[in-house]
Amino acid sequence: MIHVIAFYLFAVMTVASGAITILSRNPVHSVLWLILAFFNAAGLMVLVGAEFIAMLLVIVYVGAVAVLFLFVVMMLDIDFAELRAGFVRYFPLGALVALVLLAEIVLGIGAYRAGSLELGTPDGTAAVAEDVSNTTAIGALLYSRYLFLFEAAGIILLVAMIGAIVLTHRQRGEALVQNISKQNARRPDEATVNVKPEVGKGVTL
Amino acid sequence: MTAFFQSLGMTYDWAWFVATICGILLIALPLMLAVAMIIYVDRKIWAAMALRRGPNVVGPFGLLQSFADGLKVFLQETIVPSAANKGIFLIAPVVTFTIALMAWAVIPFNSGAMLADINVGLLYILAISSLGVYGTIMAGWASNSKYPFFSAMRASAQMISYEVSIGFIIICVVLWSGTFNMNDIVKAQQGHVFGIFNGFVFNPLLFPMWVMFLISSLAETQRAPFDLTEAESELVAGYQTEYSSMAFAAYWLGEYANVLLMCALNTTLFFGGWLPPLDWAPLYLVPGFIWFLLKVFFFFFVFSWVKATVPRYRYDQLMRLGWKVFLPVSLLFVVLVSGYLMLTRYS
Repeated sequence: MIHVIAFYLFAVMTVASGAITILSRNPVHSVLWLILAFFNAAGLMVLVGAEFIAMLLVIVYVGAVAVLFLFVVMMLDIDFAELRAGFVRYFPLGALVALVLLAEIVLGIGAYRAGSLELGTPDGTAAVAEDVSNTTAIGALLYSRYLFLFEAAGIILLVAMIGAIVLTHRQRGEALVQNISKQNARRPDEATVNVKPEVGKGVTL
Repeated sequence: MTAFFQSLGMTYDWAWFVATICGILLIALPLMLAVAMIIYVDRKIWAAMALRRGPNVVGPFGLLQSFADGLKVFLQETIVPSAANKGIFLIAPVVTFTIALMAWAVIPFNSGAMLADINVGLLYILAISSLGVYGTIMAGWASNSKYPFFSAMRASAQMISYEVSIGFIIICVVLWSGTFNMNDIVKAQQGHVFGIFNGFVFNPLLFPMWVMFLISSLAETQRAPFDLTEAESELVAGYQTEYSSMAFAAYWLGEYANVLLMCALNTTLFFGGWLPPLDWAPLYLVPGFIWFLLKVFFFFFVFSWVKATVPRYRYDQLMRLGWKVFLPVSLLFVVLVSGYLMLTRYS
């Protein structure tokens, strides 16, 4: 009973906040609704027993990716009337992307029903060993059977990260740089002097 | 507790529901009381270190000061700036306050005494603490004012930076204990060093991790010396500048609940949680939650002590410490710890 209520709560919230993400006029509101959608998707993951994936979804997407989205959207000064003016022009392209995504989902479900995935069973229930926790099972699989694919994914991400840094990093001549080791090496007697001027006389520095 | 309510003749669903509500109240209400008292304790410690008296007027020894402050704040008028984004402005403190309470669900107060005994407990805490940024960033943006916005940017950059090194430090602990479950992490610390000491902190490979974790938790909760988000000489009062009344109080309570959470995490991950400090039979006669509370209070004292004595960092120093010192060192220790375990435990 409680599972059913929880499932419909999370599912309705995910779909509704996904829809409002697209419909809301303010981009910051959009990102916040997107975060709610992520969060409810994580709730759905917990319900199917994939608590490790759920936590990773929250940590990676809500905790890191969406924060960056929010940063960018808050900083940018976008004129939304201008953005919406291109709606009709880009509509065919958008519809095409939506169609491709729909086809992929249908294909994925079809393949899953056909039983071509070893990890699951065709009737939609995932065959998970009862005594092994989620985290252990994923770890055992990632670091044995899919080790090279996993490492390759890591290297691709590293290369992408370095590429992004190289592309956006530029040396600006006028920028002031803190020399931390020099600051730490500084001692009071280098920076201050103790003088006792006579009354009525100033100090020359 | 579910079994108890089932024995009263409820169905499993209702028994679970009532038991969970009771569990939440059992944690949240004492926590709120603890937050009120800990604010008083913070001010008293701070005053003692500055040779002042601190709050001493309301109630005996000023014990009721926090409640008087709470009443004052409660009776104030709620002001929403006319240029603010009203919805987000009002939701932001609720988000901060709720998230500060949520993480307490997986903290073990005694052997098995936790609301949710889940096997990804530590990941849950990481996930919840990564949500903490939103309360701040929403407040800063929705206030539609310069200083709160600057402060929110600082706060979120700071929290994201230190979450990275906290993640690596936690991985070291998880490698050693072999589980994400908070209760099992505490159990793994029993008799950890020579069968005498309870706690990962006595392990030479994990001791530097604890030092970094303590400093990172100061930065994560925006306590001194990393309280740049409310550096009053620069930013008025930080992201909560425009807030008044109960919304302000929600930030205040949430901040201290987060500080207590970080103290509890230090206790659970490195100081053996509800275990006594020594693995010696007579010490186990003292109930586990008393050891837990004593350790949490000790860490809170350390937090106040730091606040009273250490001058504020510069922002570039803060970022350098997070990214150029803690991140490489914690990464190195992940390699060291896993290498050591591969040689000794899994070979």
